[in-house]
Amino acid sequence: MTERAIMERVQARFGAEILSCYEFRGQCAITIRPAQLRPVLEWLRDEPGINTDWLMDVGGVDYLGFSPADGSGDDDREWRYEVVYQVYSMKLNHRFRVKVAVAEPDLVVPSVWDLWGIANWMEREVWDLYGIRFEGHPNLRRILCHDEFVGHALRKDYPINKRQKLTSPSENILCEKVEWA
Amino acid sequence: MGLENELEGMPVLATRLDEVINWGRKYALWPMPYGTACCAIEFMGVVSSRFDVSRFGAELVRFSPRQADLLLVMGTITQKMAPVLKQIYDQMPDPKWVVSMGACASSGGFYDNYSVVQGIDELVPVDVYVAGCPPRPENVIGAIVKIQEKISNESIRNWR
Repeated sequence: MTERAIMERVQARFGAEILSCYEFRGQCAITIRPAQLRPVLEWLRDEPGINTDWLMDVGGVDYLGFSPADGSGDDDREWRYEVVYQVYSMKLNHRFRVKVAVAEPDLVVPSVWDLWGIANWMEREVWDLYGIRFEGHPNLRRILCHDEFVGHALRKDYPINKRQKLTSPSENILCEKVEWA
Repeated sequence: MGLENELEGMPVLATRLDEVINWGRKYALWPMPYGTACCAIEFMGVVSSRFDVSRFGAELVRFSPRQADLLLVMGTITQKMAPVLKQIYDQMPDPKWVVSMGACASSGGFYDNYSVVQGIDELVPVDVYVAGCPPRPENVIGAIVKIQEKISNESIRNWR
């Protein structure tokens, strides 16, 4: 199924709850509010004919100071952050993109780790680098930066030259007590 | 006249202690490979047949710092890993030497960002820096020869 066909079915199902849609060179994406995230992703995963059984990636975007001239869809966005979900159907070989608008000051998105287990680590990465919390995540702590790191490194207002030294090996590097939540 | 005359005819060779100990040390370097990036892939070429670092006596790669005297830092060192590198260095028995292989280990390379140490000399004393991204195996062998030259000029009196 083409991405446009998927988008048309998503629009038919969730129409009024979708903030915006756009298509660029055959790639389609929708933008929604956090409240609709779980229903939309669960529907994409389970709907016959769409069945996006693989969550390929979860990423964050910080639009601070973003110039709206690039025509990427939400030129007049009122929110600073977005979380982007890339889903793919291994059976049907098609993909789709869902963006979630995350407005300050809350920065909370529902976790989808129970829909796809891999979301566990991906959401930790977004939390680590952008400071967006995932409600319902079983183990939301940093995954890339060290434990003494303050702030979130990929935010646009993080100073580009600011480095933070780790004073001692953290326990979870040298002798990790792993709890696979 | 000297000791040599007394020992004439006996199966004994007289030399200076520094000479014989440095001779032993420089042709039996035991490297500890601290490989974190593509430089470590290049190091595989250094120890393999084409370049063959055993021609220089440094082929006995140890994966325990307790058994090594040459720390080869090959690759990007992140802030998160920095205390681990320091600990590995501290665990190596004296005398010990450090080679910083490649742009990342020497200066952070092009990772001028929040997560990468801008040169391992912030953490451990470095004897030889190797330029390159990654360096050729010949450069690494060149660094080992440099270390050997350095060892030749050392004295056991200066080590702790």
